[in-house]
Amino acid sequence: MGETKLWTWHLIAGVVILVLLGLHMLTMHIGELTGLFVANRAVAPTAPINSMARDSQIGFSIGYVFLLGVALYHGLYGLRNILLELTLPEAAEKVLTALLVVIGLGLFSLGTWAAIASHAVALTTGRG
Amino acid sequence: MADLKRYDNRLGIWGWLGGGRWGIDRYAYALHRLTGLGILAYFLMHIVVTTFRAKGIYLWDKHQILDQPIFRIGELLVFLAFAFHALNGLRLVLVEFGFAVGRPIEPIYPYKTSLNVQRPLFVVVMIVAAVLVCGGGWEFLGLSH
Repeated sequence: MGETKLWTWHLIAGVVILVLLGLHMLTMHIGELTGLFVANRAVAPTAPINSMARDSQIGFSIGYVFLLGVALYHGLYGLRNILLELTLPEAAEKVLTALLVVIGLGLFSLGTWAAIASHAVALTTGRG
Repeated sequence: MADLKRYDNRLGIWGWLGGGRWGIDRYAYALHRLTGLGILAYFLMHIVVTTFRAKGIYLWDKHQILDQPIFRIGELLVFLAFAFHALNGLRLVLVEFGFAVGRPIEPIYPYKTSLNVQRPLFVVVMIVAAVLVCGGGWEFLGLSH
């Protein structure tokens, strides 16, 4: 994929993150006020009971994985852009790009597994 | 992938930070990068930390390892960085697609640059970011409880 396309996806990812991470921040930081996605307002929005309630909903699990992928792309591509401004040798640039892709895929796999496993745990706990 | 034309990086790392004659917009650019790197560092750790919940371990819960003032301060800094990065990023996307920079005009002295045309947008997004920063600080100080 050409640099222009990668850059355009970087911008689109930024706008998507603005919306999804904005919701995440509204929930996690001022959830006591907004009540947004907070099942039990007697405790903090980040308390395990609230976290588990969100994990039990498939929409949230899918949303987490989507946000994870978009944010990893935006962040790691941004980091690559900054580092490439150091005008590294071309071979070093290729190694750097490959390294960031491997890190990104590794963390995406880890986060996706966590979202699926947490969803299963939340459902099991909810039934139990 | 298209070949990029390469230039010597004369300024090195200092070129990332120096505003030079470009003024406030260039410092916003440097701060955008710094906040981006900070958010990325936090995000990578956040992925690992939140993975533990799949095993029923909530490291951020009360009396857990992340339930300490230093991490609360770190979270506030991440929120402040997010507020700036998100709003300034929105401005950058708008400008990238040609919004708020005015129509192309003849370069007649005294020259008018698109930087000055988009300045009101810059001021507006910084005011919104400041409101968010105040909201984050308000929550951090426990005033929302």
